[in-house]
Amino acid sequence: MSNGALTPGLCVSGSVTVRKRRELPTKSGTVKVRPGERVNPETVIAEALREGELRIVKIPEILGITPEDAIEKIIVKPGDDVARGDIIAQMRGLWGLFKTEAQAPISGVIEFISQATGHIGIRAPADKISVRAYISGEVESVDDGRGAVIKADATLVQGIFGVGGERNGVISLLNVEASNKITEADIPETCAGEILIGGHSPTLAALRLAAKRGAVGFVTGSIDDTTLASYVGYDIGIALTGDEPVAMTLIITEGFGELPMNERALGLLKQAHGCAASINGATQVRAGALRPEVITKRSSTLESADLSGAGVVQGALRVGGRVRIIRVPFFGLQGEIVELPKEPKEIATGALARVALVRLAELSGETVVVPRANLEVVG
Amino acid sequence: MRVDPESLKTVLVTDCGSTTTKALLFELTKDGWRQTGRGEAPTTVEEPVADVTVGALNSFKEVQELSGRAILNDDDSFIVTDADPSRGIDLYLSTSSAGGGLQMLVAGVVRTFSTESAERAALGAGAIVMEAVSADDGREDHERIERIRHIKPDIVLITGGIDGGSATHVVEMAEILVAAAPRPRFGDTLTLPVIYAGNKDAANHVKDILSKIAQVIVVDNVRPALDRENIGPAREAIHELFLSHVMSHSPGYSKLLAWTPVAVMPTPAAVGDMVNTFAQRTGQSVLCVDIGGATTDVFSVFRDQGGKQTSNRTVSANLGMSYSVANVLVEAGVDGIKRWLPFEIKDSELRDRLRNKMIRPTSIPQTLEDLWLEQAVCREALSLSLKHHRSLAIGVESRTAERGIADVFKQGSDRYELVNMLALDTVIGSGGVLSHAPLRSQAALMMIDGFGLEGVTQLAVDSIFMLPHLGVFSSVHPAAAQEIFERDCVVYIGVAVVPVYPKSFKKGEVLADIFINDTKLGEVIAGEVNRFVSKEEALEARLKVVPRHRQVNIGGGAGKTVERVVKLGAEGVIVDGRNRPFSPDSFTISAQREVYQRLGLINESGVSEIIRGVL
Repeated sequence: MSNGALTPGLCVSGSVTVRKRRELPTKSGTVKVRPGERVNPETVIAEALREGELRIVKIPEILGITPEDAIEKIIVKPGDDVARGDIIAQMRGLWGLFKTEAQAPISGVIEFISQATGHIGIRAPADKISVRAYISGEVESVDDGRGAVIKADATLVQGIFGVGGERNGVISLLNVEASNKITEADIPETCAGEILIGGHSPTLAALRLAAKRGAVGFVTGSIDDTTLASYVGYDIGIALTGDEPVAMTLIITEGFGELPMNERALGLLKQAHGCAASINGATQVRAGALRPEVITKRSSTLESADLSGAGVVQGALRVGGRVRIIRVPFFGLQGEIVELPKEPKEIATGALARVALVRLAELSGETVVVPRANLEVVG
Repeated sequence: MRVDPESLKTVLVTDCGSTTTKALLFELTKDGWRQTGRGEAPTTVEEPVADVTVGALNSFKEVQELSGRAILNDDDSFIVTDADPSRGIDLYLSTSSAGGGLQMLVAGVVRTFSTESAERAALGAGAIVMEAVSADDGREDHERIERIRHIKPDIVLITGGIDGGSATHVVEMAEILVAAAPRPRFGDTLTLPVIYAGNKDAANHVKDILSKIAQVIVVDNVRPALDRENIGPAREAIHELFLSHVMSHSPGYSKLLAWTPVAVMPTPAAVGDMVNTFAQRTGQSVLCVDIGGATTDVFSVFRDQGGKQTSNRTVSANLGMSYSVANVLVEAGVDGIKRWLPFEIKDSELRDRLRNKMIRPTSIPQTLEDLWLEQAVCREALSLSLKHHRSLAIGVESRTAERGIADVFKQGSDRYELVNMLALDTVIGSGGVLSHAPLRSQAALMMIDGFGLEGVTQLAVDSIFMLPHLGVFSSVHPAAAQEIFERDCVVYIGVAVVPVYPKSFKKGEVLADIFINDTKLGEVIAGEVNRFVSKEEALEARLKVVPRHRQVNIGGGAGKTVERVVKLGAEGVIVDGRNRPFSPDSFTISAQREVYQRLGLINESGVSEIIRGVL
């Protein structure tokens, strides 16, 4: 590639400007905020009326006649207002004694009467939709009729994968070591409205208990695939998430298996203990990559001497740089790049690949060969 | 720019894929037409760049750097070759599948009739069919409406009813569409394009119903009669809408379209055209697969019952080797993948490894075990995508005279699968896992296993996924495209010989004898896989397979000798004595280990070894 070997990384920063575009799915709404205005997560940014549902009433089936005959029995016309239960078609039976009727199943306006099918389309009244700010910050710009961009100086911790959508809560550090697996015993009795942080590999019972006690989010190092499937209720096939029917958003920072949260992310979240935060598990690995996130206000209480600043973990590999290996046989280990050979090398699979030589402190300083594609920069 | 084939000497072609834009340089050399340069860059159709031409220009610059040929001026415009033949290009062409490709919704009345024809039209035009709804699909109206509401298609294709037949059902499908009111993927102000290709008597009703939400284009019925399929007009309408609506509204494409005097083609349509050209030129039955990170495309050309070559294309949108790898796991199950492995692995370990690949899709296997795991996933993805393909590659028997409307619902008796593995001549594999397998024999085994090949099949891979480029080039200069296809694109690996025989045969029994240019090369033995590399130096040779029993079928019929000219490639003749369908005995670790050993993929003790790459 002509742009150099960029390593896909995640943003883990104590001080970063976050911009969130908050938009309606239409351009015909009303924006409720002005540039420069301060907003909180609950502030309504824009709202609009959405066209109501179109309900199709199959008159021939209801009256038991052909479409051609049904047209004659319809007693409404396009544009008429109808209330639920109103008679919209009727037919007299033998000697005019028995009437069969079709009623409007919803209130609305008659949109069409099909001459081909004898069906009636009733359009329900429009309903109101709105979009909230999701994060605390300032309105940077407004897109008339649609929404606004919210800007915030914040702490941002992106995870590698998540499930569940946008939620807001208070960050609460679990009383466990990063290397601990999370069980029910680690879930605090009172955690309603909290985003629980720490450990790895939570059991299904621990996740369910946290959700039952009202936690809105859970951020942990890793999870095993079977537990995730049980928590969500099905096996996720594609890394396109955010709409799962879960009561508590879940984010993992490292991957699947048994991996403690990286020190940098844990350090930042530790310092945000007790702070209000926004969390979103939505993940889209494909084009336009979207990673799950925890956003909390950059606060003066954050001692960010060594954590703030350029914390965006993204960039080219360099000798001396810290990296994490994301593939077996060294999956999860961190080390330092000691050499970046220019020419591709043959690796154990027999494939030719561009590699890096990485010194691993966790393997007594052993230097190993790793394909560059299997490295993530960690700062 | 020049488009006259005779005036062309240097042509630059890009394929703007979802993740990578790949540029190839084709040149008329002293040695004929060759692929002489290549360059790649990340595709830039998504935010923050949101302009496909930025990635395209980056790929051109890499072509310049690597080939040494100047093709861009300082202002990034093309240098058009004039007096100095060592500079510039004569023509620029492109294909595109960026931004998820062309995404369509199709609707019909009878699933195995109009809806299937609509799917074939959409797939043949290079689209991904996001959803196919039918009046007889077993769903309630509200379920269909709910499903359609959440889809953002580029184009909708509605079909149903034969010309002169009942209009009711197809108009009902239009009502469902208007109730769901799907929004087009691109352009807030764009009206949803809907192609109507159903009963012509219902066209005005459908237009009336849909006019509020859509721009309706009426074309000829895809099934004007029970025994006739006519997908050409619908396919052309899809191509026109792809250019006028989808392309022109995608970020940067208006600029890209202005760079080339030839229509930009959807990537799969270009591949399909190239496969068709190859099949027509050689008279062969061909199966071509492109297994990518997110999707797997399958193209086939087989003869129908009347002997006419019939092409089909399907895309399995969620079967792939990285983004969709976990979906292969979901569809095949842990056991489906494990059955191809020559080593033991815990279920939880297998699941976690594939999930980690899903969330870090650009990582590559570093150990043999990890490589074999990905190759096992590939086998299942091939198997599932072929199954999908077979269900849509359907021929229709012509028996017009005695049929009535009731026959519409009895299509089963008149439909037949076009895919016949025993009649397959050539299989072409494409996509990183096949094209870039460290050993060609690994690619061969993945295709033999994944497709369950039968009979005598020529095995080949596309060296660097050049088929899209050649497909669009073929629309301008077919002969040059074919020349490059043979010389630089397709790599012949070898030949698979797979007899089919009764279950009563015992393991170890000799099934057939193999001859190359009348010299005996070896035998096919029931239950065993072997590889024979011929001493013949020529690429082409005459292969003869003589069954030892009357019940053994090598593709020419039970007990019949098969003889054909083949290209031997690096792997020679791979004989597979495992019966089809595979028996459970084939799926033990020891059975897989034996296959790997016989093909030289592992040594006697190498199966559990993890090479750690320690210096």
